[in-house]
Amino acid sequence: MAFDAQPTRKFNVVGTRVTRPDGVDKVTGKAAYGADISAPGMLHGRILRSPHAHARIVSIDTSEAEKLAGVKAVVTGADLAMPEDADFADVAINCLARDKALYDGHAVAAVAATSKAIAKQAIRLIKVEYDPLPHVTDVDAAMKPDAPVVQEGRALENVPAGMSQNVTTYCKFGHGDLDAGFAKADKIIERSFKTAATHQGYIEPQACMASLGNDGRGEVWCCTQGQYMVRANCAAALGVEESQLRITASEIGGGFGGKTSTFIEPVALALSRKSGKPVKIVMTRDEVLKATGPTISSSMDIKIGMTKDGRITAARGELRYSGGAYPNFTVEMGAQAAFAAYDLEAVETIGWNAMTNRPKEIPYRAPGAPTAIYAVESVVDELCQELGLDPLDVRLMNAADKGTLSSYGPTFNDIGLVATLEAAKAHPHYTAPLSENQGRGLSCGFWFNFGGNTCVSLNINDDGTVGVVEGNPDIGGSRASISMMAAEELGVPYDKVRTVIADTSSLGFNDITDGSRVTFAVGLATIEAARAAIKEMCRRVAKIWDIDEDAVIWEDGCAKPAGPNAGTHPPMTLAEIAAIAGNTGGPIAGHHEVNADGAGVSFGVHLCDTEVDPETGAVKILRYTVFQDAGKAVHPDYVEGQMQGGAVQGIGWALNEEYIYGEDGRLQNAAFLDYRIPVASDLPPIETVILEIPNPGHPYGVRGVGETPIVPPLAAIANAVSRAANVRLTELPMSPPRVLKAITG
Amino acid sequence: MRYVKPESFEAAATLLRDETGISRILAGGTDVLVQLKAEMVEPDLMVDLKHLPGMREIVAEDGGFRIGAAVSGAQLGEHDAVKAMWPGVVEGVELIGSSQVQSRATMAGNLCTGSPAGDAVPAMVTAEAVARVQGPDGVRDVPVIDIPTGPGKNSLNKGEFITSIYLPARPAHAGDCYLRFIPRTEMDIAVSSAAVSLTLDEEGTVTDARIAIGAVAPTVRLVKDAGAALVGAKPDDAAIAAMVRAVEAACSPITDKRGTIEFRTKTAGVLAKRAALIAYGRAGGQL
Ligand SMILES: Cc1cc2nc3c(=O)[nH]c(=O)nc-3n(C[C@H](O)[C@H](O)[C@H](O)COP(=O)(O)OP(=O)(O)OC[C@H]3O[C@@H](n4cnc5c(N)ncnc54)[C@H](O)[C@@H]3O)c2cc1C
Repeated sequence: MAFDAQPTRKFNVVGTRVTRPDGVDKVTGKAAYGADISAPGMLHGRILRSPHAHARIVSIDTSEAEKLAGVKAVVTGADLAMPEDADFADVAINCLARDKALYDGHAVAAVAATSKAIAKQAIRLIKVEYDPLPHVTDVDAAMKPDAPVVQEGRALENVPAGMSQNVTTYCKFGHGDLDAGFAKADKIIERSFKTAATHQGYIEPQACMASLGNDGRGEVWCCTQGQYMVRANCAAALGVEESQLRITASEIGGGFGGKTSTFIEPVALALSRKSGKPVKIVMTRDEVLKATGPTISSSMDIKIGMTKDGRITAARGELRYSGGAYPNFTVEMGAQAAFAAYDLEAVETIGWNAMTNRPKEIPYRAPGAPTAIYAVESVVDELCQELGLDPLDVRLMNAADKGTLSSYGPTFNDIGLVATLEAAKAHPHYTAPLSENQGRGLSCGFWFNFGGNTCVSLNINDDGTVGVVEGNPDIGGSRASISMMAAEELGVPYDKVRTVIADTSSLGFNDITDGSRVTFAVGLATIEAARAAIKEMCRRVAKIWDIDEDAVIWEDGCAKPAGPNAGTHPPMTLAEIAAIAGNTGGPIAGHHEVNADGAGVSFGVHLCDTEVDPETGAVKILRYTVFQDAGKAVHPDYVEGQMQGGAVQGIGWALNEEYIYGEDGRLQNAAFLDYRIPVASDLPPIETVILEIPNPGHPYGVRGVGETPIVPPLAAIANAVSRAANVRLTELPMSPPRVLKAITG
Repeated sequence: MRYVKPESFEAAATLLRDETGISRILAGGTDVLVQLKAEMVEPDLMVDLKHLPGMREIVAEDGGFRIGAAVSGAQLGEHDAVKAMWPGVVEGVELIGSSQVQSRATMAGNLCTGSPAGDAVPAMVTAEAVARVQGPDGVRDVPVIDIPTGPGKNSLNKGEFITSIYLPARPAHAGDCYLRFIPRTEMDIAVSSAAVSLTLDEEGTVTDARIAIGAVAPTVRLVKDAGAALVGAKPDDAAIAAMVRAVEAACSPITDKRGTIEFRTKTAGVLAKRAALIAYGRAGGQL
């Protein structure tokens, strides 16, 4: 669906800062999150997890636990089906291990009991005999031919023979003659980088309540980014049909990509099936960090050549990612995104994934891109330093634009990178003075954005209000934006529209809330659904006026005669039409189903000033400004919130967050004390500048904005720290001991 | 688990002495309840002492202050006289946690929990604070430095607990300071820390100096050599450098997820230097 051919369109609702519909419930504690749902007779589930990084499970003896009074069911991997599809099978095995525990924290058994205390006691009575195996947690070590093998026989066919069996994915993107390109360079820099795995750090741990009867019918209430995904994973893991499972998404306390898979729902269903009672499972923070999905960890080599006036002549990247104990494709996105901001004659990116004894990677905002772009933008910054060039001018000189053959294949349509760079250059932040031990860093960021499968129903209620039914959990303010787009299209006030999120039995299939897709794709489907409803309302009014359907137009929330030939009928409002719908043909609704394309890629530029304490390595973020193309900012508060939130999560990733493994392969910091997300006092105000370069693929020009803002911070901060400390930092996080070591040598 | 609020200190001591299982005292609960929730410990007996006489009071005594063992960080932070006399002690206590934690956490709890990184401890040590200990057989006074014996351990005997902490009178021309290093700006645990307490003469020459370091050894350490390096002069570059060398020599930290041996040692010296200069200023000294 194309951008409306009305460039001067004046929006009434879109672009305003209306009150969010979920705000009062959230601040008064009324909002029902995953753990807030209970049922009569409900049992409490609890999961036993592997203390080993890698071990064969010789036997599991549950008899003592079963004998404990109050225990109603105990399950192991044997109680789940083994789906044929490899992706479903991986999810099921990750929910409850089969023959091997693949990482510290891997679930091996679960109990349901009449109280939490009994469940805790029962867990301790389960006897698991483990045969510990050698483990590997570092991606470079895992790629060595003699590394301990995490899973056998999982490599894709294009992975060259002779490599470790841990290597599952190989990919390659690019174009042009690299050798010729590097030959033209005046300066070539080649560097290696490493980044630690980080967690999405959502505040609400995964929680669910599930019920599954002997008749095969089930219900699940859970906190998730995608109820249809939960349904598919549960149906596969339990061996039941999707029509028999109804999944309802609760209010969600943060997701950031981390709630795009299932960890506990199939377990709760299996416990319920065995006990005949509803079962609730609420993860602890320790379980969330150990056993839900962090990002990939990475090791990367980047080589870039530049002329002395700043033109990039060739660029090459090799990315080695580990997505944990299962095959993983995040590196493909990293390899495609790495050089996307540049218009290059010769570019090549190679990607590898290697399995390690770590939890299964789950997407985190723009999966794969932040690390790859961190490495690329670090090398570009160092070239600017070495050649004495302005880093913004160099980016402008090499920026991808409309018509650029991108580094990953497609040719770009309208994109906002140049405008975003120019906005950064014009901003007072870019020229503000710096003092001793301070440095300014800058980075571009890119994300593909996604559209995907979407269904929307829009109901015209008999009192003249409007109900929108959509299928994507609201993790970033989408209910407000969708109501706004419906109100805009229908010409009614925002507060006449309420958007709700349907359970899986009430609306057709929807892809997960991911890929920054919801405001774009659900918005697009909502606009189309509104147009369908408008068409129907015009048809009804034509009937009443006894004129041609084409002679009725929709304007300012009313049906009006199209022109003098249509007669002189007073306009009919939506409310008037709705009130008599029963007499004109029955209830009025519009709906739209689409697999939306044209999401429109998104670019951002971040500017950051830091101060480094040369005696302790401590880094202070002094000033931070985010520039981003939103296409059209439907609700600017939410867009700014995404930009600020991405920057903050990036600051955590850059400075302190990391998965730390001991020699024993166990995770050492599964708590927020030592897994350090930023606290409020760590952060300066994050300034935002929204640009609006309309996306040709959306009627209002909307682009997704949720993921791009986590892409540039890693490099923007690394470049600022490297300049402030006078030494190039090549490993994340830049925690104080690491920075001090780099300074003191 | 039993929760008991005894009627007297003596009754509490007897109860604790006679308990055969694991017992804990509930002060602010900001360590013990967290450990309970994390399933690190499951006490059989929890004894709450907060209601007993004097436990929540700060009283002037012999020119110094007696601080009840259940006085919270927030309460101490609002006591202007203690703050004026021992700003370093108060800033150490006030660094603990957040506003929520401050409204519960106590310096006695911080001391008894036995963490080498406890923020209240180093400045109490340099203030030569004394804990009043109640036991089944009566009361004794123990210098704060002798209470912690290692990570998670203290020297109190079975049945013993602290009822108050005494901060002695401070001489004229004296000042103290506590600094810690954490990777974030708050809600964190010290990777290294240092407290300095200085007394000057009329000319600003240091006559007495006590320096304690935290998180760089199994317990907080009072570094006598470091103090000696500052005595007899103004804290000029040479004196500070000698003091920093003594501090670094006294460090015997471990490398763990929070920091390396080198990092902890280096930053302990940096913090001692910075704290010494602040304490010197607070004592009225001018360089
Ligand atoms: C979010 C958070 C942040 C924190 N931040 C910090 C920080 O920045 N710095 C820091 O040092 N600590 C920090 N802590 C740890 C804790 O808050 C402090 O150690 C606090 O001082 C403990 O005091 P409390 O009164 O809460 O002790 P409690 O938890 O009540 O008791 C702690 C221990 O001391 C024993 N005990 C208590 N009182 C007595 C007594 N009178 N006699 C004998 N034994 C006693 C108890 O048996 C128990 O073993 C933090 C804790 C949390 C939860």
